[in-house]
Amino acid sequence: MADVAAPLPKSGVAAVEARHAEAIAAHRRRRRLGPVFWIPAAWLVALILAAAAAPWLGLAPPDEIDWMAIQVPPGSEGHVLGTDVLGRDILSRLLHGARVSLTVGFAAPAIGVGIGLALGLAAGYFRGWVDEVVGVLIDAWLAIPGLAVLLLFSAVFGGSLSMVCLSLGLLFIPAAARITRAQTLSYANREFVLAARAMGASDARILLREVLPNIIWPLMAFVMIDIPIAIVIEGALSFLGLSVKAPTPSWGGMIAEGREHIEGASWISLIPTAAMFVTVLSFNLAGDVLRRRFADTREAAL
Amino acid sequence: MPALLRRVGRLAVVLAVVTVITFLLVAALPGDVALDIAGADASAEDVAEIRAEIGLDRPLVVRYLDWVSGIVIGDWGQSWRTGERVWDAIVQRLPASLELMLLAQVVAVSLAIPAALLCARAPDGRVDRAIGFLAFGSVSMPSFMTAVLLILLFSLTLGWLPATGYEPLSAGLWENLRPMILPALSLGLVEWTALMRTLRAEMIGVLQENYIALARAKGMSDRRILVVHALRPSSFSMITLLGLQVGRLMGGSIIIEQIFGIPGVGRLLVTSVFSRDFMMIQGCVTFFALAYVLVNFCTDLAYARLDPRVRGFGGKAGAHG
Repeated sequence: MADVAAPLPKSGVAAVEARHAEAIAAHRRRRRLGPVFWIPAAWLVALILAAAAAPWLGLAPPDEIDWMAIQVPPGSEGHVLGTDVLGRDILSRLLHGARVSLTVGFAAPAIGVGIGLALGLAAGYFRGWVDEVVGVLIDAWLAIPGLAVLLLFSAVFGGSLSMVCLSLGLLFIPAAARITRAQTLSYANREFVLAARAMGASDARILLREVLPNIIWPLMAFVMIDIPIAIVIEGALSFLGLSVKAPTPSWGGMIAEGREHIEGASWISLIPTAAMFVTVLSFNLAGDVLRRRFADTREAAL
Repeated sequence: MPALLRRVGRLAVVLAVVTVITFLLVAALPGDVALDIAGADASAEDVAEIRAEIGLDRPLVVRYLDWVSGIVIGDWGQSWRTGERVWDAIVQRLPASLELMLLAQVVAVSLAIPAALLCARAPDGRVDRAIGFLAFGSVSMPSFMTAVLLILLFSLTLGWLPATGYEPLSAGLWENLRPMILPALSLGLVEWTALMRTLRAEMIGVLQENYIALARAKGMSDRRILVVHALRPSSFSMITLLGLQVGRLMGGSIIIEQIFGIPGVGRLLVTSVFSRDFMMIQGCVTFFALAYVLVNFCTDLAYARLDPRVRGFGGKAGAHG
């Protein structure tokens, strides 16, 4: 029996090992982010760096008028991407405009998710009337079209960058609050929370130390979807002339300015359009890869 | 139907909160309307008189209650600038907005359904990936940018379609549709992606069901299975989404109406914000919110009719497993 049985475990072990190696390789393959992540990520990093360093790149200031080069096409001497109808350097305006887009893109979702997180935690944990009140507020807030709210806000508070960030951030509260509430509900009665409560932990401690760490990652994935949305809405606002005020360049504003001259000088509109499209697409693609990664990791952890 | 009653009650509370938010926002608008109306060289007495006339000297709570009670009995007030009745102004501009949104949804749905069918047929296949990538591109292209490109291509370069303008339906169907094509495309080309993704995901799930396997075993063709057996049970989420998208469409129509010069409610709102026409702003925003809430309420009802499992309305979904 023994000599018959002996080879079997051996091949069994080999098979198990082989399967193991295969699983590890597959896992590695999945862990590799791939070009669909790295190409957009490279564009975004380059854009962020260039936008941050814009004033020190030796470009003409974004509002400087070059009388010798009014409305010159891309590739002209001294103006790589050409100039607009006022003779302002488009590359410089593009990079300075990116500062507005990127600031709003990161700040608005952060503000919205921050507030939504607090509301959702409270609603999901305390239930009862807190839940009711938060629910009604969110439904009411959702019922008003976002752009209408923003129109009002920009008329009330004027077009400073921080006000744009804040009012845009308010739009991200409902979804963040709903996700947080649902997640909180599912964790509020788990054993480790009950154990913490039995040990006499305060509500604040349970929320911050037990519940929050578990729900923060799904929310981060959500923030990544919000960044391109915020950039697009800011673009729409500045296209309408309701974002940051005139001398400060913004992509939406550049597209709107170029629209009147689109027949003779289409590059004035098309360059910021392309920049916005590539940036939003990059955030969407990279965000999607990361979101899948989060989902994978969470599944693996379970 | 206590569940239905509770929903209607909540609806009323939500709408009440909407009016409060809108009213407070509009009340916070800077600038003295009475001074605006009276003109720069009016005397202080004149300004005070106008203020009393339009009731701006009363406390905020009184003004709010006055406005809301008016809305309840159908009197939406009147513009301080043009003297136009708010309700009449909205109703007059409604057809253009409705047509735009409807056409945009038609564009979106007629792109989403075939695309989702193609994707669900072979998930993760070549077609699925290509469409998925196309959807990413599409969703990264906001409607105002699509509008600019479409105008450049179809109006200015090719000269096929007008860049602005609006003709009422009474001018003839084609005359009416022609200037609406580009605006509807601008909006629809963004909205189809969410519909497509939802439908695709649900359809892939439905295709795992036993009755699909049975249909396949009977030798039914792929196309027939997808269209006849899988489409209806897969479309529930998409229908809910169609309702939810009305909110986004209204937001999108605001900017698209502005670009294409369509005299709709969105344009009315933008003009009113720029001219600080308080009553008109309040009216438009409240109207948008009312429309949104009602559409979603109706979507839920339609959903209950389509899916026999959700009859109870209180969320008895899945009672049959």
